[in-house]
Amino acid sequence: MKTAVIVFPASNCDRDAKVALEKISGRDCLMVWHGETTLPPVDFVVVPGGFSYGDYLRSGAIAARSPIMRDVIKKANDGLPVAGFCNGFQVLTESGLLPGALMRNKGLRFVCRPQTLTITNSDSMYTKAYKDKKEITMPIAHFDGNYYADEETLGMLKKNNQIIFKYKDNPNGSVNDIAGISNAAGNVLGMMPHPERAIDNIHGGTDGLNLFKSVLEAIR
Amino acid sequence: MKAIIHIGLKPGVLDPQGRTIARSLSHLGFKSVMAARQGKTIELDLEDGDKSAAETHVKDMCEKLLANTVIEDYRFEIVD
Repeated sequence: MKTAVIVFPASNCDRDAKVALEKISGRDCLMVWHGETTLPPVDFVVVPGGFSYGDYLRSGAIAARSPIMRDVIKKANDGLPVAGFCNGFQVLTESGLLPGALMRNKGLRFVCRPQTLTITNSDSMYTKAYKDKKEITMPIAHFDGNYYADEETLGMLKKNNQIIFKYKDNPNGSVNDIAGISNAAGNVLGMMPHPERAIDNIHGGTDGLNLFKSVLEAIR
Repeated sequence: MKAIIHIGLKPGVLDPQGRTIARSLSHLGFKSVMAARQGKTIELDLEDGDKSAAETHVKDMCEKLLANTVIEDYRFEIVD
C-alpha cells in the first residue's frame, strides 16, 4: 500500500500519521506539501490533525481551499480512500467531501483525553479489521469537534450507514454522538478521534491500528 | 469602496458562545438581555467600481470561502 500525508502550515499530527502508515504498510509514506497541485500515485491519503493556518476564519477552512486539495477532492470523488483525523475531518467537511460541519465544543473547552468510541458500522473499509469488537479507545484533542448536520443530512447518514463511530459519554455536544462519518461511497472517512496516536502501547493503547489494517486489507 | 460582511450562526444552530455572553451580561446586572448570538465581521477594501458588480463578487466570496453555509448565514453592505 502506497500512502501519503498532506502537510499544511501548522499541521501537527502529520508525522504521527506517517509513523502509523509506515508501521502498517511497511513502505515509506510520502509527505505532500499543501502547495503542490498533484498527488503522487498512492492508494491511501491521510489529511492530518493540527491547526492548519492557525484555525483562521474557521477550522480547516483555508486548508480545504489549498492547491493540493483540488486534486485530493477530484481523486476522492473517483474513489481514492482519503481519511481525515481531527483537523483533517474539519478540512474534509469544509472541502465538501463530507457533509455537515464541526463547530465549537458545546462546553467551550478544549477537550483532551482518552475517549471510548462505539463502532456503529463494522462493515466499512475503515473498520472491518475490528471484527466483533464494538468498543475502542482513542485519544481526542480538539476545540471544534461538535459535529452538526441538519435533519435531512442526518437521515441520509443513517440510511446509508455513514455513521462509523459514535462517542460514549459525548465530550463535545456532537449531534447524535457522532464521532466519525464516511461519504456515501464509503471511501472518505472523517473523525475527530486520533487513530494515528493509538498505535503503540507506550502511548496508552493500540486501538488505532485496526483502522489502518482495515484500509490495507480493503485495497489489496 | 468597502464591503462590510457580517457572518453568524444560522438561527436554530446552537451558539454556546452567545449563550455564555448573555449569561455574563446578566451577571453584570443587564437583566434585559434575553439571548445573544455572536458572529464575526470581515471588512474588505475593494477597488472602486460598479456597486452591483461588487455585490455579485462579494456574494460569491461568501459562498466560496467566507461563510460555511452549512451552519452560517451572512449579510453584507457595500459602502464608499
